[in-house]
Amino acid sequence: MSDHHPTGFSRWLFTTNHKDIGTMYLVLSFTLFLIGGLMAMVIRAELMYPGLQLVAPDFFNQMTTVHGLVMVFGAVMPAFVGLANWLIPLMIGAPDMALPRLNNWSFWILPFAFTILISSVIASMLGGGPAPNFGWTFYAPLSSKYGPASTDFFIFSVHLMGISSIMGAINVIVTILNLRAPGMTLMKMPLFVWTWLITAFLLIAVMPVLAGTVTMLLTDRHFGTSFFDAAGGGDPVLFQHVFWFFGHPEVYIMILPSFGIISAILPTFARKPLFGYASMVYATASIALLSFLVWAHHMFTVGLPLAGSLFFMYMTMLIAVPTGVKVFNWIATIWQGSMTFEVPMLFALAFVVLFTIGGLSGLMLAITPADQQYHDTYFVVAHFHYVLVTGAVFGIMAGVYYWLPKWTGVMFDITLAKWHFWCSVVFVNLLFFPMHFIGLAGMPRRIPDYGLQFADFNFWISIGGFGFGLSQLLLVAVLWKACVQRKGKKVDHQVWEGAEGLEWTLPSPTPYHTFSTPPTVH
Amino acid sequence: MSEHPNKYYIPEQSKWPIIAAIGLFVTVIGAANFIQQSTDFVKNEGSLGLYLLIAGFLILVYMMIGWFRDTIKESLAGLNSKQMDTSYRMGMMWFIFSEVMFFGAFFGALFYTRLLTVPWLGGAGSNAMTHEVLWPTFQAMWPLVKTPDGTTLQAMGPWPLPFLNTALLITSGIFLSIAHHGIKTNARRTVVINLGISIVLGFTFLCVQAYEYYHAYHALGLTLHAGIYGSTFFLLTGFHGLHVTIGATLLLIMWCRILKGHFNPDNHFAFEAAAWYWHFVDVVWIFLFFVVYWL
Amino acid sequence: MDRITTTWLRPLLAVVPGILSRPLFAELQYDLTPGVTQISQDVFHLHRLMLYTCTAIGAGVFIFMLYAVLKHRKSKGHKAAQFHESTLIELTWTIIPFVILILMAIPATRVLKNMVDTRESALTIKVTGRQWKWHYEYLIYENDNSLKLSFESQLSTPREAYETPLRASGLFPLGLANYSGEAPKATNKDVNYLLEVDKPVVIPTGKKIRFLITADDVIHSWYVPEFGVKRDAIPGFINEIWTLVPEGKEGIYRGQCTELCGKGHGFMPIVVDARRPADFEQWLADSQEAQRIAAEEAANSVDATFAMETLLEEGEQAYLTTCAVCHQPNGQGGGAIPALAQADIATQPERIGEHINVVRNGRNAMPAFKDLLPPKTLAAIITYERNAWGNNTGQLVQPKDVVHDQ
Ligand code: HEA
Ligand code: HEA
Ligand code: CUA
Ligand SMILES: [Cu+2]
Repeated sequence: MSDHHPTGFSRWLFTTNHKDIGTMYLVLSFTLFLIGGLMAMVIRAELMYPGLQLVAPDFFNQMTTVHGLVMVFGAVMPAFVGLANWLIPLMIGAPDMALPRLNNWSFWILPFAFTILISSVIASMLGGGPAPNFGWTFYAPLSSKYGPASTDFFIFSVHLMGISSIMGAINVIVTILNLRAPGMTLMKMPLFVWTWLITAFLLIAVMPVLAGTVTMLLTDRHFGTSFFDAAGGGDPVLFQHVFWFFGHPEVYIMILPSFGIISAILPTFARKPLFGYASMVYATASIALLSFLVWAHHMFTVGLPLAGSLFFMYMTMLIAVPTGVKVFNWIATIWQGSMTFEVPMLFALAFVVLFTIGGLSGLMLAITPADQQYHDTYFVVAHFHYVLVTGAVFGIMAGVYYWLPKWTGVMFDITLAKWHFWCSVVFVNLLFFPMHFIGLAGMPRRIPDYGLQFADFNFWISIGGFGFGLSQLLLVAVLWKACVQRKGKKVDHQVWEGAEGLEWTLPSPTPYHTFSTPPTVH
Repeated sequence: MSEHPNKYYIPEQSKWPIIAAIGLFVTVIGAANFIQQSTDFVKNEGSLGLYLLIAGFLILVYMMIGWFRDTIKESLAGLNSKQMDTSYRMGMMWFIFSEVMFFGAFFGALFYTRLLTVPWLGGAGSNAMTHEVLWPTFQAMWPLVKTPDGTTLQAMGPWPLPFLNTALLITSGIFLSIAHHGIKTNARRTVVINLGISIVLGFTFLCVQAYEYYHAYHALGLTLHAGIYGSTFFLLTGFHGLHVTIGATLLLIMWCRILKGHFNPDNHFAFEAAAWYWHFVDVVWIFLFFVVYWL
Repeated sequence: MDRITTTWLRPLLAVVPGILSRPLFAELQYDLTPGVTQISQDVFHLHRLMLYTCTAIGAGVFIFMLYAVLKHRKSKGHKAAQFHESTLIELTWTIIPFVILILMAIPATRVLKNMVDTRESALTIKVTGRQWKWHYEYLIYENDNSLKLSFESQLSTPREAYETPLRASGLFPLGLANYSGEAPKATNKDVNYLLEVDKPVVIPTGKKIRFLITADDVIHSWYVPEFGVKRDAIPGFINEIWTLVPEGKEGIYRGQCTELCGKGHGFMPIVVDARRPADFEQWLADSQEAQRIAAEEAANSVDATFAMETLLEEGEQAYLTTCAVCHQPNGQGGGAIPALAQADIATQPERIGEHINVVRNGRNAMPAFKDLLPPKTLAAIITYERNAWGNNTGQLVQPKDVVHDQ
């Protein structure tokens, strides 16, 4: 069974091949990125001018909510799983993922889950009841007693996403622990594999808690329980605790694999080994462990007991240390290197700068008294878009540009890709940087209309938003040419001059089955 | 990892995953509709939700039978290498870990409400005003037999039913271990008998649990509606009961497979997985017995 | 330069940090307010400390990067060094940030401890968030806990001002941030657009004020930037927070609800009117008196009967302020909110009792109004609903019909 593969629809429906499944994940993720992005465009269009312009306030809330959910669960997480599917077996010399059928199941749950979520938006647009409109954090009681009927469908779609993520994560862990080629010791694994190992652990630890959270929400809504209702001895704040116990590790789930990608790209284009491999591994593990002890930093204004506030403040601040170690190691890696600036490298460098900006604003948010001012303003929105868009998403884009030639066998259109990069960086900063200002000036998040003192900045932010959105059409064009039309210069197995690792020993495009007999690593 | 006796087996295409995904999809759509229709939440009468739910379940059962039959065939055909066996084992262990975390969410809710929320509603910590202004007549206590809005109920003590249930599950676990040992030594009779007893004890547990619920609803006023005590009680014991059902069913399947002679001392992963699951359910119960019933 | 150019420039310049643009565009706020209270100023200094430290760290990191990117490039013929791994360096860049963090944590801890200390306050006000207004209840003033004053405070910007089509504000409505002067001409929006209420909460300066914050329905959050106060209003619990506006800082302070609480979340402003203690006391006495008279009138009017026109007139007013947020001014509802126009419950004469009960006791997401509005207003609203928008039942509901469930 050399490079023969099944064709037609059934290839995708019934597949057990990690590359096929990886591709499907990436396509789904990109589709959902565009959908979530369109919702962001509705948000930005509404906020461009003061006054209600386009949509009713309730629909605005639905846009905010579903935008957040789709981006987090639909765009970023599946993209990482897709990359993991494609790359982990190649990087550790495994023939496939450890549990191939389970792998396909994990994937196919997702399209159904998002069908449920997005169809409630469509129903709402057609005049039905509202889609989820309580923010992606769906705080009770707004989502319990006051949630629209679509909430139940939302709850079950979250259950499905949870099952998918857990199964996917189990597969990744087992693959990494059990399928490494002879000689591939743990401390020889590429950092992308390491970061994913740790991410998978986080996923298995917290996705079930999210499932528990939505289950409690469901029983509160329909079966008379009072987890989140003081009248029965429960507490709305309990919801926030369980949600953020999931939610904070979740945000590291969305950044650690990007850290791994950056740690692969920088050494390649600086032609210099990663500065501190071991300390990178330890730093990642520390971030993961600390991430279980910081969740209440999202709740500094709920009236935590003083000791609680202080504990969570200190722990949150502490995360800056291992993250700093990562940033410093990246700089030490490019220091004294011999750099060239191919597209993946451009994205990686932008990542380091812009993620650091997002991380530093995160540190400001960690200071509890100051967070009394920042909380639930656009300052927070600025923070998390820096870490998510210019962090997670730029990391994913860097990774896709880096490995795309390996997958397709042709070099993508470099000119177009550079345009994509430059337009994106310029607009993304126009989009998200001024959010710091309006946030500090006191503009709350999740509002469809605002006072006049915020008007100027919001206008520019919207311009930045449209610009950034349109720039992504360039990415669509690049991908179309490279993947569908297969136009471009043929590449050899090495692709990038300085690239190292097992995946670069394979031909480009990678054959359908690889490492059927494991390679030996020295 | 250094030895690779035979190639890692990658199954050819399989239709089961997509069927499983469709099954889940139909099930949850059905469940959401069914819940809404049966709790008068929205005014759409009818029983479409119920039919969908049943259809979804049937698809899932069909899928499980088919998928498991495939893997059993592979296992019997000797396609599974040692390494593959390890994959399955690790997979099962991480799955059980995820289940532990799922229960963790509910235990967390129990501890939080019991140690913090209820005292706060009674004025503890910096919550004097919560008590004084909002719930002046409320008294903090656990079990919370009178909720802030005045619902009263009786708590479920550890004695006698829960204690009986603890004994049932622990003995069941012991018999299971004997059976496991039997498999390793190829003592088929021992296996069949001990596993059988283990399963019977498991199902007895469920009957006792069902009776306990009946008692709670009819004699104690302890219902899902009965404040946070009822909420945590029923969700914890209920999800545990669900897991007992699954575990006992798995063991039953194993019992049938043993009768068919599927396992040998070297190759009985499926049995071990079911056994781990059963022990996990056991441990959760013991924990639950202490924090839900006893303390 | 004409106005267009300056307004285009302003936001651009504002991006240039600090000194350069600030004196020129003082009215364009892009940093945290120092506020007027001790707490808000402490927080402000903490914020500046963090901002400067973080900017410095960021700048340091980026300078190294920039240098590397400029110098250590292949096109310049730079050869890659091959060094890596150094425990000493790793330790250094672990320990130094750690020390910086400790230095940050110390002042943060101090300010935080101060924030939660609500002892020895002169005035206690209970603040209750409701979809989508704030309810204020004066509980204790200088040890007098027999105060009888409570009222609701809600957005007073007229609907027409925010429900504007795109072009009413001009395609480039820039320069709106320049709001300290008169109302911007390009819009029909007032300077305090969306930040104005019918009845502000009045507090005395120079005294410590304790707020007991809670909510009736969903979580809200009471935020006044210039006090440095933001506290979530959680149904079933009371959060305590305090403020002290120094004497001499009398004035109007504005804020907003900062926890998503449904579709009116953006329209739930807070206005605090800080007055000299003497003025405050006068206001307190006057308001209590006014409220007492109103209550008496309401009690008397329970047995009075009113003419259709009177009720319709009052009903329309009350409907627009209280009900129209959800049911819309035209009674059409929308989304999960049922329509009232042509709805059976409001048109079938025999369902009048049910109509009254729903308004009194609420249903699903609708709150119970029996304790929120006086009987006359309830009667007026129901009468209006049964006769407006073509619901011409001709039925008249009197105050005495609504004091009990039907
Ligand atoms: C990829 C996602 C991601 C990442 C990586 C982070 C990283 C961090 N986040 Fe963020 N965060 C979010 C996603 C993320 N966050 C989201 C989505 C929300 C909002 C959720 C919602 O409400 O909807 C949020 C909200 C949020 C809050 C709550 C704000 C509020 O609602 O009031 C806080 C508060 O502490 C916080 C803190 C931090 C900190 C301290 C880090 C740290 O990990 C950052 C560490 C990095 C650095 C500090 C920079 C590099 C370090 C150096 C250069 C070393 C030297 C530095 C020093 C010694 C200072 N985040
Ligand atoms: C990884 C996650 C992620 C990503 C990638 C993004 C991407 C973007 N986000 Fe989002 N965002 C969140 C996660 C993310 N966001 C979360 C978690 C929240 C909080 C939600 C909540 O409060 O509950 C949030 C909230 C949020 C808000 C605050 C809403 C509010 O508080 O009311 C805003 C406002 O500007 C915003 C804007 C944007 C924009 C402009 C982009 C852009 O980067 C998007 C760019 C992409 C496209 C535009 C798609 C591609 C282009 C096309 C399909 C062509 C068509 C284009 C045009 C017509 C111009 N986001
Ligand atoms: Cu009230 Cu937001
Ligand atoms: Cu966090």
